[in-house]
Parts: sequence; structure tokens; C-alpha cells
Amino acid sequence: MAGGDQRRAPIVEALQTVNRQRIVPFDVPGHKHGRGSPELTRLLGESCMRLDMNSMKPLDNLCHPVSVIREAEQLTAEAFGAAAAFLMVNGTTSAVQAMIMSVTKSGDRIILPRNVHRSVINTLVLNGAVPVYINPGSNERLGIALGMSLDDVRRAITANPEAKAILINNPTYYGICSNLQAIVELAHAHQMRVLVDEAHGAHFAFSPNLPLSAMAAGADLSAVSMHKSGGSLTQSSLLLCGPAINPQHVRQIINLTQTTSGSYLLLASLDMSRRNLALHGNEIFDKVTDMADYARDEINQIGDYYAYGRELVNGDAVFDFDPTKLAVNTLGAGLAGSEVYNLIRDEYDIQIEFGDLGNILAYLSIGDRIQDLERLVSALSELRRRYRRNRADLPTFDYISPQVVATPQEAFYSEKTALPLQEAAGRISTEFVMAYPPGIPILAPGEAITRDIINLIQYSREKGCFLTGTEDPQVGSINVI
Amino acid sequence: MELWFSEKHTEGVKFSIQVDQQLYSAQSPFQRIDVFESVEFGRFLTLDGYMMLTEKDEFIYHEMMVHVPMAVHPDVRRVLVIGAGDGGIIRELTAYSSIEQIDLVEIDQMVVEACREFLPQTACRLDDPRVTIHYQDGLKFVRHYENDYDLIIVDSTDPFGPGEGLFTREFYGNCCKALKEDGIMVNQHESPFYDVDALAMQRAHKRIVESFSISRVYQAHIPTYPSGHWLFGFASNRYHPIRDLRARDWKKLELTTRYYNTNLHRGAFALPNYVQALLEDVEHVELD
Repeated sequence: MAGGDQRRAPIVEALQTVNRQRIVPFDVPGHKHGRGSPELTRLLGESCMRLDMNSMKPLDNLCHPVSVIREAEQLTAEAFGAAAAFLMVNGTTSAVQAMIMSVTKSGDRIILPRNVHRSVINTLVLNGAVPVYINPGSNERLGIALGMSLDDVRRAITANPEAKAILINNPTYYGICSNLQAIVELAHAHQMRVLVDEAHGAHFAFSPNLPLSAMAAGADLSAVSMHKSGGSLTQSSLLLCGPAINPQHVRQIINLTQTTSGSYLLLASLDMSRRNLALHGNEIFDKVTDMADYARDEINQIGDYYAYGRELVNGDAVFDFDPTKLAVNTLGAGLAGSEVYNLIRDEYDIQIEFGDLGNILAYLSIGDRIQDLERLVSALSELRRRYRRNRADLPTFDYISPQVVATPQEAFYSEKTALPLQEAAGRISTEFVMAYPPGIPILAPGEAITRDIINLIQYSREKGCFLTGTEDPQVGSINVI
Repeated sequence: MELWFSEKHTEGVKFSIQVDQQLYSAQSPFQRIDVFESVEFGRFLTLDGYMMLTEKDEFIYHEMMVHVPMAVHPDVRRVLVIGAGDGGIIRELTAYSSIEQIDLVEIDQMVVEACREFLPQTACRLDDPRVTIHYQDGLKFVRHYENDYDLIIVDSTDPFGPGEGLFTREFYGNCCKALKEDGIMVNQHESPFYDVDALAMQRAHKRIVESFSISRVYQAHIPTYPSGHWLFGFASNRYHPIRDLRARDWKKLELTTRYYNTNLHRGAFALPNYVQALLEDVEHVELD
């Protein structure tokens, strides 16, 4: 593909041109450059309202791009090393949906790690594909799910040779990467497509010092949250295609569910952040990595905390580690991650990304400053001084292989009744039961409810896990077929 | 020709000093540094356009930051000073022969260099053998010490900019940890008068109250700071600033001061009602 000029931002340039032309708007949006919503204009700023335009000749059309959006998508594809790219305005969830629906249909099998994002299983409810789960394995000490081991993938492929695709989370929220390249080779040798949920890896394509990106590993499709590490606005995202994928087919799939009024604010933010990553990504992520490494060292000097990094790499289920992620195990200080999450916000005015039973994650990006990291480190030091308790070990959670009796779609749309959890053994669930931690579904729609599963749900509840997924917010009863 | 330095004390209030000439201007990695010469106030230092000190009134600030805790604590040997790259605090501290070690932690080396060159009135004692200058983030420095200092003086800029981290709960908590059990922390505490400053003042007070069992606020009149009415914080887990004042011992030292004396020490803790109300607003206990 001919190299485009990454200094250009075609959508942004077109918006600025249209803005300068002072065109009289007798089209939507009805706020008319903000004049019709003066309070909103004061809140968001005039330039924001003026750029909130609708599709028109000079601005192209997201559903059938022929000019500036097409150019922006080509530049994006080149920047990410993809054969084609789609700008997405319905969140990474929509990219995940399009990815799965592009390669599977009703009744097709798709191999997934059990800790997939729920948007993946929701997509199976939409299109009727059948999940085959792989246990991602976990680090018992830290209490986090890991990547996919190559042997597990091989077993799943051998047992399901007719599967159409395999989906991989890479990296996980905690920065754990699988052996993408080997999985791709294995899957392709069995005529399976490889889909990557790369929501937390938008930066991988831009630095040789980071783990391999999905496209570089030869994956067929990848869903990339530009709004996470890429710097664009919330809800903007990318879908990337490898060379074996027909992008026109993917476009049709996207248009099944995508808005016909794509936000130009989101598109402009994708365009600008792609430009920024292409021009400065390398130095930006080196700097973020340096900051994360610095914070890891400082936090590990405090004592009792464990800010983990590349030393976790074991060549298999932790094939690589994303060094920009700052995850800290807090159990050594006798504190649950969720406690630290709350204390550090309520008492120290520091908001972190999340805290689970044993870990916290601080999300680092180019927007961070070293003095803010000093605050984070100092607050962790203070929390230890003030609240330290004897070390409490993590409860261990057994992985129970799910028995998929019905497809998620069949289960979701079937006649259902609510039963008290204790009486549900032997029935088929029509909904999810999720426990955080470890953040792996215990049940998904279409799976058999066994006595072991009921016991695991009870155990998780007793250990203080946060249970979600069922209509009953207490997870006391469950809907079954 | 008239050349004026102006600082907005609020959106609608401006404070100006006629400038004779500008002596220094530079952008450091942290902030913009300027030194001016004026007829009325002598030389003065600004950071990011905010007044830090003038030769005419700096003695008020520096004496009140140093002599108040020094007249209370009976045996100060090890002192940590955070900020204060101009050296004014150091000048006052070095007058005490009992002090053995002074660690000065300043994030911006260029401030120290500019003051050494253009403000010898304050920077004059930076080469005292007891002084060690550490160019580091104060928040980071103090985190690594435990049960080490008798006195910590926090001479911070405003809580917007590089001094931001020095107004946080984690910083005051770390100071508490770095102090010996009977240590004292004194800090620049902003002003109660204009709304924005008063909010910063309340926040700082709340954060200090959470870390120290004794936390009192005292005041001085500093003409070139917003409203001229300025506050300082005195915090300790042992000493009360008035009940434990050792006026006779301090007088015996026969130090020369232009603002501070032990009668003023007591009076400085008597606050106007509206200031007391602002403080009580963020305290869980009544002021005594």
C-alpha cells in the first residue's frame, strides 16, 4: 500500500474548511452551531459545537465513505499496519460485534477464553454462534487471569476442528499478553480466523519496545480502543482488518448496527489521535513506559506492595507484558485492592482505574505527569502506614469448565422462569453470573447449572466478591429455560 | 517611561509595583522565573508571574516561618526545609547554633541559581556547612524518611503549579512520618481573605488536621501577598504553640529579629472570627 502522509488529518481538515466557509445550516444538528443550545455551548465551548456537524458532501459519510473518511481510514490502516481500518463511533463493543459477526454466523463455533469481555458473549446472543471456552489460567498469588496457553489452544482446536474462529484478549486489563504469533499460525493452519480484543493495546503498533500488536502478529481482525491508550474521545474506537479479510463484507456487517449519524467529534478525535500516534507514538510510549517503570520501582520500595512487570513473563500464558500498565498487588499490606481503590479516592483525591480483591490498576497515559505519580506513590505509602494489616491470603477460585447446552442466543430468547439459586441445579441458565474477582463468568446464557457451580457462586459471595449479571441484583434467584 | 509588574490577586483585583528594570527572566523545566528591581520594594522574585518575595517585606514571612517553631521546640537539631529555594528560611535557621543539619529540598535548581545571583539578601547562607541542597520533588524526598527530623518547614508556592503536591494529605502524612515523635511541621498556609485562597487554606487545614493531633494556624501581615493577610500552619503531635512556648529561653539567645518577638508569637495565634469559622468548618474538633 502506498504510504500516505501521516501528518495529515483529512477529517479534521475538512471540518475546519467547512467551519471557515460559514455555511448557513439548514440541516441537522438542530442546535445550529450551538446557537440553539446556548447553555450547552457555554458548557462545552463554541468550537466543540461548531464542529458537531452532520454528514455532507465535503465531510463524507461514515456508512459509505468515499472521500475524507476513506482517506482517514486508509491513513489509520497504514499507521496500525493493517490492510484496512474502520473508524468506529459506537464504542469498542461495536468493533467486537462487527469482528465476530464478520466471520461467524448462527451455529458456527468460536473459541474464546473464558474471561472475554461480556460484549463478546452478547454478540453471540445477537448472531447465534456457539462458544467453545478455554480456561485462561490464573496466577494464584496475584489472583489475576492470564493469557491463553498454546497447549490449551491446540487442544481446543483439535477438539473443535470445525470452529470458524478464535478470539484472544490481548493484552488483558492487567497487561498480560498471549503468544499471538504462534496462536495465529496454529489457527490459520486449521483455517480458523483469529480475532483479537485489543481494547487495551492501541499503543502496541507504535513502539518496538512494546508487545507485538495483533496486526503485526498476522491476526485477521482486531478491535482497538483508541479512547483508552490512544488519546481519542470516549466511545471512539477502531476495527482493523488483516489482508485475508474482505473489507467490503466487514463494512456491510458494521452498517447493520451502526448509527447513520456518526459523530464528527468522535471521528475528528480518532483522526487526530491517529496522527499523533503515528508521528509521536514511539517517544510517547517510551515516556509512559519510563513513568510506569519508575512508579513500579518506587512502589516496590515502599514494602508489602507488589507492582508487577516483565518478570511475570513465562513464555506461555504470560508470553509478554505491557510495561505501560501499572498494576499493584496490595495483599501484602493486608489490604484488598477494592479497599485501596476506595481509600485513595475518598481520602487522597486520587482516582484509579479499578481495584479488585487483590490488585489495583492505575491507568497511565501520555496525559500523566511525574508529580502526579509522586502523589500516587506517596498516597500508597501513607495507606500502608495507616491501614496495614496482617497479610490475608486470597481465596482461590476453582475454574469449572462450562457445559454449553444451548447457544447463548437460544437461551436468551427462550421462555424462562426465575428459580431460587439453590433449586436451579440441572437447569439451563439464560443469563450471566459474573464474579469480580476474578472477573471470569461463572455462568453464561445457555450453560448448565450444576451443584458445583451453585457452590462456587455461594463461595464467591462469602469471600466478598461482587456478583453481577442476573436480573435479580442480589443473584439470589436465576432465570432458567 | 513607566514599567509595571502586575499580578491579579483575583479576577477583579490587581496589584502592581513599578519596575525600574528586569534583572532576570528564564523558563525552567518547572516554571517561569523572573527577578525585577523596583524603587519601592527593592528586588523581587516572581514564579509564573506570582509574587514570591520582595527585599522589603520578606523578613516578615521568613521570621514567622522559622522563629515560631524554634521558640517552642526545646532541642531542634535536624531540620528539613521544602521549597524555599530563595534561601530566606535558611538564613533565619542558620542563626541557631544548636541546629546540626539542614536539608533543603527544592524542585527547581534554576530558582536557587537565580537567587544566588540576584537575591543575596535571602540566599546569603545557602553555603553554610550545615546545609545540604537536594534538587528533588519534596513529596518524593519526604516519603523516604521516618522518625528523622525535629522540624519540617514547608515553604511552598501556591497549590496550583509545581507546589500542588505539597498541599495534599499524602504529603502531610509523609511529613508526620518523617518527623520524630515530638517534631513540628510549619507550613505556608495561604490567605483567608479572597475566596479562592480561602478554599486552598481550608483544604490544607483539613489535610493537616487529619495527620496531626495539634494543628493551629497563625497569621502575619505581608503587604505584597494577596490581601496582605497571610496564614501559617503549626502542627505537632507533642507541642502546643502557646502552652509550650519557651519565651525566656528564646530571649536568652539574643537573636536579632525585625518582626518576630515572643509577645507577637502569642498574639499571632489569636485569629479573627471569620478565619476561625473557616477553620472550624473543616475541623472535627473545636478550636480551644
